[in-house]
Amino acid sequence: MNRPASIRTAVEARLARRHRAERRFQFYGAAAICLAVAFLALLIGSILIQSVPAMTTWRMTLQVELDRAAIDPRGDMSEASLRRGGYNAAIQQALRDQFPDVEDRAELRELFGLYSSVNAARLLNRVVQDPSLVGGTVSFTFPIDDDADLYLKGVSVRESRAPGPAPVRIQAGEGRAVTLSAEARVFDAFVDDVREAARERARILEQRAERAEAALADAIDRDIRAIYEAEARRARAQAERLRDRLDEGAPVVIGPQIPSLLVQVDGAVIRVSDVSADRRSARGEMVISAPLGEAAHSDWTLWTIETPQAGRLISDRQIAWVDALRERGMTRSGFNTELFTYADSREPELAGVLGALIGSVLTMFVTMLLAVPIGVGAAIYLEEFAPKNRITQLIEVNINNLAAVPSIVFGLLGLAVFINTFGLPRSAPLVGGIVLALMTLPTVIISSRAALKAVPPSIREAALGVGASKTQAVFHHVLPLAAPGILTGSIIGLAQALGETAPLLMIGMVAFIADAPSLGLAGFTEPSTVMPVQIFLWSSAAERAFEARTAAAILVLLTLMVSLNAAAIYLRRRFERRW
Amino acid sequence: MAYDAQPAPATVYHPAPAGMNIKVAASDLSVRYGGALALDRVAMDIPDRSVTACIGPSGCGKSTFLRCINRMNDTIETARVSGSIRIDGEEVNDRSIDPVLLRARVGMVFQKPNPFPKSIYENVAYGPRIHGLAASKDELDAIVETSLTKAGLWKEVADRLHQPGTSLSGGQQQRLVIARAIAVNPEVILMDEPCSALDPIATARIEELIDELRENYALIIVTHSMAQAARVSQMTAFFHLGALVEYGPTEEIFTNPRDQRTQDYITGRFG
Ligand SMILES: Nc1ncnc2c1ncn2[C@@H]1O[C@H](COP(=O)(O)OP(=O)(O)OP(=O)(O)O)[C@@H](O)[C@H]1O
Ligand SMILES: [Mg+2]
Repeated sequence: MNRPASIRTAVEARLARRHRAERRFQFYGAAAICLAVAFLALLIGSILIQSVPAMTTWRMTLQVELDRAAIDPRGDMSEASLRRGGYNAAIQQALRDQFPDVEDRAELRELFGLYSSVNAARLLNRVVQDPSLVGGTVSFTFPIDDDADLYLKGVSVRESRAPGPAPVRIQAGEGRAVTLSAEARVFDAFVDDVREAARERARILEQRAERAEAALADAIDRDIRAIYEAEARRARAQAERLRDRLDEGAPVVIGPQIPSLLVQVDGAVIRVSDVSADRRSARGEMVISAPLGEAAHSDWTLWTIETPQAGRLISDRQIAWVDALRERGMTRSGFNTELFTYADSREPELAGVLGALIGSVLTMFVTMLLAVPIGVGAAIYLEEFAPKNRITQLIEVNINNLAAVPSIVFGLLGLAVFINTFGLPRSAPLVGGIVLALMTLPTVIISSRAALKAVPPSIREAALGVGASKTQAVFHHVLPLAAPGILTGSIIGLAQALGETAPLLMIGMVAFIADAPSLGLAGFTEPSTVMPVQIFLWSSAAERAFEARTAAAILVLLTLMVSLNAAAIYLRRRFERRW
Repeated sequence: MAYDAQPAPATVYHPAPAGMNIKVAASDLSVRYGGALALDRVAMDIPDRSVTACIGPSGCGKSTFLRCINRMNDTIETARVSGSIRIDGEEVNDRSIDPVLLRARVGMVFQKPNPFPKSIYENVAYGPRIHGLAASKDELDAIVETSLTKAGLWKEVADRLHQPGTSLSGGQQQRLVIARAIAVNPEVILMDEPCSALDPIATARIEELIDELRENYALIIVTHSMAQAARVSQMTAFFHLGALVEYGPTEEIFTNPRDQRTQDYITGRFG
């Protein structure tokens, strides 16, 4: 037997298997990377899409009359006097002037809901800076209420418009009440839609009732049976009521649960309250009045707000007003600068990340100032100077353990030691920075030690060999070579601290803070919040407009992180030397 | 310790040539790494202005001996040095001796060229700068030039002094670190296998250089090449298993070794 040949075939047989294994492994690797990239793209893509509505904002411009008596109550034009002026009332009056027929108190409240009184402070500041404005009329622009903003962006309310199919006659009644009547069944389409929607809803309710009844049959516990029973009864009753109203012969009364109907005709807007059974006439009231006359109108619009009132935070009247303001060219959409120039606010349209951004910068400054020198110093001492004995071993083990301690524990420590014992202020960047520095220290120490360890010992020997002292060898030769690694480690530690929320909650940086801290020395002890906490706060806010703003704030934070990491890479490239 | 009860390993001494000044004198020098004995009671007188070669099989303690002379063993946590080593009669292991000063007097060239990852100029200027040997930039420039010239590298690098030292070839790097060692004007130069990574031409260059340096310095070199030891050295020491087996003028060690182990080693029978 030819042995070498047989060995060769055996090797060849194995070789094919080895190549297959290698290809398989490469495929797994590539697949894993693709998956990771896909998830990342999905994540960033979804955040980007969610943040789109927050990128722009609708603003309203009003001509505000600054009446001398109201703006300068003391009449001496002093700053103190100007600060007591009735700016809010002046702006509200300007808004009211747009819709003179709004008189009812409740209606006025609705109208003023389009504007947040926080804006008055901006007008005040303008007047204080330029008192010559008093007595004249100023053009004042402010971000419109968030619900109106979402409506204008078309994200919160579904609506449709259709031309009136046949001429309609409008009869004025008492007050602003009107009656619409036509020869043809002009409300056919609307009523059909409402019926269809109601039928669908009734079907869903019946299904829910059936499910609850099925569960009831299986349930034994008395309390649980009671819950299912109640649910089934409620769903059945609701469905029944809906079906009753579906009766062809009955008129349609427009309530909060079904779509609203507005009619636009000759500059007037009528809100329909009920449609007669024959679908030819309807009753309603003027929201925006205009003289209509007795003649039949052939050019009119049926404006259906498909999202029922119960499903939105903007009323039918507000929709009509906002639409009219847009028609009059008094609203304009633009880049949402408020998001970057304002601090937090209860009003989403006036909420920005500036306060949190400054808070983050101040906090990171404290963290950097503490964690980097102490961490790098400790690493140099432990790695280059400390004797290798039990004590240093113990310290090393503990540093590694500290890196694994949940960050909230550091928050508790900060609360107990810095706030309760040392009496440092709550919610302050100073304390936040100290706590985050403690959290970051192990990361900095560990990565710095790794970087120092990676410097070849021959460099130390070379330095010592020409008579450098140990300190000189370290600072002249080892440290410069370890610098890129130390820098990368420190920046990654800082980036981690930048995204940290939990420990800051413990020391009160979660409070609502409407003023941005000052960027000076005083800012370190002023109450403030930081970006991740701001995101956390907004994400749990009730207003829908905060949803997009949360995503936008996440983008801001991500940008910050990416630029930090880019700085790390750049510095690394810059200082990296080969040996 | 039990070990101390044993008799010291006997060393064969050849008569030293007359008229040589003793520069480095070791006696009863032992080194332990942890528990392991790396150097066993070595006694040896090394003459000034000459080349002393240390030969012996791998792991016999040549590097350890060299590192005793400039106290580089201090940097090894586990190393324990005992016994005495004197330079010009001054005890090196004495507490009063500052190793930093000592290393300025005893230069060292390592087995693998280890230039700093800085410019050629900085490599040579670093030592004089930290010891304050130059009062002005011009003086420093002069030191750099003479050191590089002595190391036989000046012609090759005169126009690229500010390029990184690591960009030189292996042989050039080795000469650069020699220049770096002589820039601080030492009295003794230790070379641990300076040619182990070099081709024959570069080796010949370094050997030439060693021969020139002999006029001003006491050189102690470790080498694995019998031919090299024979070519460049005046004195040769043969180490085996941590002990100094035979020591004397190179000619006599190579022509007339008295110990069987030396004979076996230089004729290539082991090691
Ligand atoms: N840092 C150290 N820690 C522990 N033991 C060491 C250390 N350095 C050397 N030794 C040991 O000391 C003994 C002598 O080592 P040394 O480096 O002096 O040998 P050498 O003669 O230079 O060998 P080579 O010719 O291979 O360089 C060896 O057994 C070695 O294992
Ligand atoms: Mg060696």
